[in-house]
Amino acid sequence: MNWLDTGITAGIWALEILAITVPVALGVAYITYFERRVIGWIQVRKGCNRVGWAGLLQPIADGLKLFLKETIIPTTANKALFVIAPLLSLMPVLVAFAVVPFGETTLFGLWDTPHVMAMADLNVGILYVMAITSLSVYGFLMSGWASNSKYAFLGALRSSCQMVSYEIAMGFAIVCVLMLSGSMNLSAIVHAQAGGFWHWYLIPLFPMFMVYFISGCAEANRTPFDLPEGEAEIVAGYFVEYSGMWFATFSLAEYGAMILISLMTSILFLGGWYAPLPFLDVIPGTVWLLAKTSFLIFVFIWFRATFPRYRYDQLMRLGWKVFLPITLIWVAVVGLAIYTPGVSDIINFWRPGVAS
Amino acid sequence: MSLLKRAVRTWLLTELFMGLMLTGKYLFKKKITVEYPEERTPLSPRFRGLHALRRYDNGEERCIACKLCEVVCPALAILIESEEREDNTRRTTRYDIDMTKCIFCGLCQEACPVDAIVETQVFEYASEARAQLYYTKDMLLEVGDRYEAQIAANIAADARYR
Repeated sequence: MNWLDTGITAGIWALEILAITVPVALGVAYITYFERRVIGWIQVRKGCNRVGWAGLLQPIADGLKLFLKETIIPTTANKALFVIAPLLSLMPVLVAFAVVPFGETTLFGLWDTPHVMAMADLNVGILYVMAITSLSVYGFLMSGWASNSKYAFLGALRSSCQMVSYEIAMGFAIVCVLMLSGSMNLSAIVHAQAGGFWHWYLIPLFPMFMVYFISGCAEANRTPFDLPEGEAEIVAGYFVEYSGMWFATFSLAEYGAMILISLMTSILFLGGWYAPLPFLDVIPGTVWLLAKTSFLIFVFIWFRATFPRYRYDQLMRLGWKVFLPITLIWVAVVGLAIYTPGVSDIINFWRPGVAS
Repeated sequence: MSLLKRAVRTWLLTELFMGLMLTGKYLFKKKITVEYPEERTPLSPRFRGLHALRRYDNGEERCIACKLCEVVCPALAILIESEEREDNTRRTTRYDIDMTKCIFCGLCQEACPVDAIVETQVFEYASEARAQLYYTKDMLLEVGDRYEAQIAANIAADARYR
């Protein structure tokens, strides 16, 4: 009987994993399509509209092509690391999705109290996300090293340096959120933002929202911070030697990180699954969360179509000399506001769990 | 004062938002893509595409084997051999154009005194083998017969500028 219970639990977990990874993989595929269409529209083109209705089968054709392509492993490459590296960059991104709360459900009235739709509703969820996503830098570093190519190596150096730098600013932005919510649990952070959009952390922490999102661009190696893959100088960066499915794994990781950062931004600053106005609650929360996430993904693509790439010293300057001081100052400002009599009444409006 | 103004502009990310607004406007502009096989851009009468050898209305071929085109061709793509025919006129026995060499400069049609060799508006003659791009006299005459109406119309349209 005990074994049966274990089996059932494992089966449910497997189903939950599939329920998250399959939509993420599909989402990645269709974000590439969406990106090509949107950038096309912005450049007054039509974008890909040939394969299937409005080009909707394009990502499937692309995927098929990548599957069927030969994987070339350079002779001088370190074969074991070369093969492991793409997996190591994709895995943390997928694993981080385990704690993301996608909404609340009573399963059509089956349960009395609403349950959070997360695989693991960890009480250190946000710390877990920070820790796991920073692991993906090992994949990039490894791929650059294992390729035994100078372009790949330079790309890996750039990407690891940039990811490490921007993680600090991101961490301090999150600290501000934690000071208001009083919890590291992602669903608790969302619960603290219940009510209308005026309860969202976007309002008291607007600069932190900007810093977090822009650092997110840098974390996901997106324009204007896509120096690791700067075509002009280092061809494609750390994945220059990869082809076929291993190459696709890298783009899967990049776009997966983009989805994750959009999700995290919506959860931390945009009220997660709550509707912007209370009477809009009739629309399920998951829809709201996905709508917010989709909008942020659109903003990522919009950035890519608009901004030119940073120079490397500018990138480092922004990370260390601008974002880090701003976030530190804002942490101090929020801290002082919480403990200053009078001002604390205002700031406590956004701290429902702590104020009472 | 301008320092303050500049600081405000920097910290409010004014220029970044202006850039985003501009691209955002272009997102909704009318798209200018021409979807090629179904839609085509208009071609000038002077368009220089596939070559053709023309005939007179009575079916006699125009080319008199003066070889001016062969001489003028900068890519040496034209090869002509000629002989005297039974009616004592000089005619080509061989007139080949290697399309893989041709640079479509149009000098052959400029040089031709009898408007025999012309370039048509046809540009979709891709083939799967290089050998099929080696056009012989029969092939060129056949192209001329097929597009004679279009060629004549184009020459008429361009005549007053020559």
